[in-house]
Amino acid sequence: WQWLLVTMLSVCVHFPGLTESVIAAACSRVGQSVLHLDRRNYYAGNWASFTFNGLLSWIEEYKQKVQITESEQVWRSLIDEGEDVVPLSSVDSSISNLEVFCYARLALILLTTNTNEEHEVSEPEEEQHTSDISEPSQSQEEKDSQPISSPADPPVEVEKKITYQKLVKEGRRFNIDLVSKLMYSRGALVDLLIKSNVSRYAEFKNIGHILTCRNGKVEQVPCSRADVFASKQLTVVEKRMLMKFLTFCLDFEQHPEEYQDYTEKPFREFLKNKKLTENLQDFVLHSIAMVTQQTLTEEGLKATQHFLRCLGRYGNTPFLFPLYGLGEIPQCFCRMCAVFGGIYCLRHSVQCLVVDKASNKVKAVIDTRGQKISCSHFVVEDSYIRDEQRQSTAYRQISRAVLITDRSVLPSESDQQISLVTIPPLESSAPAVRMVELCSSSMTCMPGTYLVHLTCSSSGTAQEDLAPVVSELFHVSTIPGEEPSEVLWVMYFNMRDTSALDSSSYSLPSNVHVCTGPDGSLGSDCSIKLAESVFHHILPDEEFCPPAPNPEDIIYDGDGPQAEGPGFDESVNTEAEEEGAAHEKNPSTEPAEMDSVADTTPSSEE
Amino acid sequence: MHGRVKIKSTAQQEEEKRKEKEKKLKAFVSARDAVLKKRSAGEHDEEALQLTRQLLSSNPDFATLWNYRREVLLHLETLREKDEVQKLYESELHFIEACLKVNPKSYGCWHHRTWVNTRLPQPDWTRELGLCDRCLSLDERNFHCWDYRRVVVKASGVSVEQELQFTDRLIGSNFSNYSSWHYRSTLLPQLHPQPAPDSAPITSPSPTTSPQFHSHRVCEEQLLKEYELSHNAFFTDPNDQSAWFYYRWLLGRAEREEMISCVYVSREGERVSVAFSKPVHAQSEGLMLVLDGQPQQVEWRSTHPRLRHSPVWLCDLPPGSISDMSNEHNLTIHWTEKHTHRDCALYTGCAESWCRDSATNLELFRSELSVEKSSVLQAELQSCNQLLELEPQNKWCLLTIILLMRALDPLGHEKETLAHFQTLKEVDPMRSTYYSDLCSKFLIENTILKMEYAEVRVFSLSNKNLTTLCHLDQLLFVTHINLSSNQLLRLPPHFAMLQCLEVLEADDNAIENLEGLYHLPKLEEVSLRNNQICKLSDLESLASCTKLTRLDLRGNPVHRTAHIESELSQLLPRVTALSL
Repeated sequence: WQWLLVTMLSVCVHFPGLTESVIAAACSRVGQSVLHLDRRNYYAGNWASFTFNGLLSWIEEYKQKVQITESEQVWRSLIDEGEDVVPLSSVDSSISNLEVFCYARLALILLTTNTNEEHEVSEPEEEQHTSDISEPSQSQEEKDSQPISSPADPPVEVEKKITYQKLVKEGRRFNIDLVSKLMYSRGALVDLLIKSNVSRYAEFKNIGHILTCRNGKVEQVPCSRADVFASKQLTVVEKRMLMKFLTFCLDFEQHPEEYQDYTEKPFREFLKNKKLTENLQDFVLHSIAMVTQQTLTEEGLKATQHFLRCLGRYGNTPFLFPLYGLGEIPQCFCRMCAVFGGIYCLRHSVQCLVVDKASNKVKAVIDTRGQKISCSHFVVEDSYIRDEQRQSTAYRQISRAVLITDRSVLPSESDQQISLVTIPPLESSAPAVRMVELCSSSMTCMPGTYLVHLTCSSSGTAQEDLAPVVSELFHVSTIPGEEPSEVLWVMYFNMRDTSALDSSSYSLPSNVHVCTGPDGSLGSDCSIKLAESVFHHILPDEEFCPPAPNPEDIIYDGDGPQAEGPGFDESVNTEAEEEGAAHEKNPSTEPAEMDSVADTTPSSEE
Repeated sequence: MHGRVKIKSTAQQEEEKRKEKEKKLKAFVSARDAVLKKRSAGEHDEEALQLTRQLLSSNPDFATLWNYRREVLLHLETLREKDEVQKLYESELHFIEACLKVNPKSYGCWHHRTWVNTRLPQPDWTRELGLCDRCLSLDERNFHCWDYRRVVVKASGVSVEQELQFTDRLIGSNFSNYSSWHYRSTLLPQLHPQPAPDSAPITSPSPTTSPQFHSHRVCEEQLLKEYELSHNAFFTDPNDQSAWFYYRWLLGRAEREEMISCVYVSREGERVSVAFSKPVHAQSEGLMLVLDGQPQQVEWRSTHPRLRHSPVWLCDLPPGSISDMSNEHNLTIHWTEKHTHRDCALYTGCAESWCRDSATNLELFRSELSVEKSSVLQAELQSCNQLLELEPQNKWCLLTIILLMRALDPLGHEKETLAHFQTLKEVDPMRSTYYSDLCSKFLIENTILKMEYAEVRVFSLSNKNLTTLCHLDQLLFVTHINLSSNQLLRLPPHFAMLQCLEVLEADDNAIENLEGLYHLPKLEEVSLRNNQICKLSDLESLASCTKLTRLDLRGNPVHRTAHIESELSQLLPRVTALSL
């Protein structure tokens, strides 16, 4: 395989997370040729969504820590004089402390009388499944001592429970995100999706409930007008105080006199000063502004304002969630990139960058197959950068937990609601935990289950940070597998949060653009803003993601403007003629089949 | 600019759109002509349905086409089996649904849907309710849908409880939608009616004012829940009027009973005045006057020709029937239509006599608010005061507090009430005149109460910024009235109800109209210094007051009229003391 066609590449994007996908789409949209490479066999890196089975393989992969052997000899010969080499890291170390626990029973119902469940009866007893996925440290003795293998269990209870086999069998119904975020209705991501017309590639669901957990009880956060009205926990005076405060926050900049004495003080103190009761202070701080005890007043007000401005745009809560999971979003941008001619290549990685010594700019990359591909810009995710190229390694960690449960934390009239639960820290030093509970109609889990994501900034390992919250909110049996457990399956892991890093953190040529990985915040504004700034760095004179035209407005060869008669702008006309030839491979209205690009690329020399 | 996707320009797109439009219009016009031709030819076939379907799906507001469609359907109905008819109309419902998506506020569509349901052998009301719910969730104020929903609810016999839950849901999702609050106010009295009172409440001591069974009232237990619901709404958003209006309805009292509130008889002039609890048209109300057991033929007239409906009516008794001071007379007025009557005895040696309910007894002026237990009102006043502390500028809260105070103790709260009115005028200057009028009304009510307690016939309300006069029917016996130093613009026709008035002082106002000084049989003295009387013609009505002898018109523009003195003496020859 040779890559002669793409040697004229303008932008090479490596490891397409959300930021990288947006940059790729934006560049492709304004006519740059984009090559998108990923060493993995799935899209979006740490932004990916997995089926249950896909996630199990991902876990396996993590455990095996597959090393890609470097073949230095291959690319050594490709380096010309005056060129230098910057090698890239081939190991992704952004995930750590992965632990998995399974509480779902294995299918061992032998005494069932219910004919509906017959298919389960016929399933073989697969005890060993547990050992496939449970944490490595768990000893074989423990497993053997578990009562799950005892056929004397009362079958009546067992029947209702979803078994591990069922999860695996229905695994395709899951779309489990590694990153848990929601979309602010007026956040940068939603605005970009609308502006660029990329929104047409996805569907969304409104978050139904904003909840919090106080004193071990899950309750609704009154955040909209209707919520405040309907709230049974607030007194009428509290209702008024809260509404008054929220109304003030909506245009707080207009009343600087109200908060100017508090700009250097924590938001919490300002809330106290506003005569909000303890109750209300908690609601505002943790569940509406979603800031910490230490956050300063102005930032807290801004966060509250952002939350409030997002209310009502798409419903009674400020958030949207993409159906089929967050991983859809990078894919949507990839799709737009492909529509405008971007080329995608999975299981294909860049080994090193070729830097022109004279200008100290990257002029080409060498891929894992030993091909040298010229490019004028290189966009890469932080995890590919070796420590030698780092100026600073000060990054944080995010603690994550993914749960599959069989009931909602707050059962309500409708069991098809997505809920956001903010859990204030138990001690003021600990981080607040954010939990998103997805229902099956969000297309992220099988019917009868809920997919629960927990996120917080790490103070220890994910399990240390989040296990107490899980056991507070859910009934978890102490011995895995013992009935009844609401939690069927749990995974803990830590993910590196490099969002605090910027270009000064790396010693790299100026046309290498490092994108940080997912950050710990609820929205994606950080990633989108980064994408926009990188785009303007690459193409300072171009518009960022202008609206993509409707398919029926695209002119194809033979559908020339001449046929359309008068009124057609002259300059566009000439341009069309000049470029007529270049449109042999016009993007089709149907988005290109992204995975197959490598095979279908023409004129590759054999 | 290499490798970019080329797209059509705006001009190109617009040209395409224009052509498309032209084509569409042509097709529409020809289809319309075809349909109208078919209709005039009396063709009622499937093709007609097909054609009207095409037209209506692009323009559902074409009423003629719906009419034609009904004709066709009625015809087809006669040709088909019952289950086929069901199918025919069911597909019609589907079609209307599609049209409603084009225009959810199409009169034609909704009307046709109602009609189809009356023709449908087995209407599926559950489905129709579902449709309404969906429509209202898209636009909760679509009154077409509200109307249609009422039809569906009535036809399908949905229980009142369910409907109340429906309003719970709507109010929960948006409490600013008054449609849902109002619907609630129609349901509650059905579901939780006030039990019929078994003993006469303390508030009506007179036997003639026996309380009626107020069917549109709600039982107290439920009322308390509703108060709470309104509190939640107006504490959440005190500027939203829906909840306040609903709250006022909850606090509101039943309409006053219709009755004869007063009968007055005077030997001089042999005249009877009758006051009613509300304005009536006496000639058509079946009034009967019985004097000493003898029904009398009398002619009823209102106090002023401009008042066709009036709370006060007069009649003259046959000459000589009561003029002898030594005779005692018994007078009864029967209001046959309302099955009520009032007696009045005129004793020997008395020049006049009356029988009436005092304003103080009837609690006439407890604003529009309820005569519920005052403890409830007291609690509500407390809640509102609590809100006012948080929202001192809120007009709805201020106004409601004023009304509650009036319901509880109008005289005791007079000072606070006036202060609140002042705030109201400042925070809501757009309605300051309304507040002034309302304040005038309350001041007049308070003065009447004070006068009643003092048992005098003098009404004095000077220097109180009065902008309007009201409750004049309550001043039937007043002999002296002082309205000086106010902001009155006129003495309205109702002023003619003051049948006993002898002295009127109304200096320092801005009165320019004296219509109400009309046939006041006892009026002797009028002082109108520093007013805005401009023309001689404005004084013409005074000529009907036959006893008027003293008139003070100093400081009025009218004195600039040429020959004013001679003109006046010609107009009012009996006036002996005229000041100009």
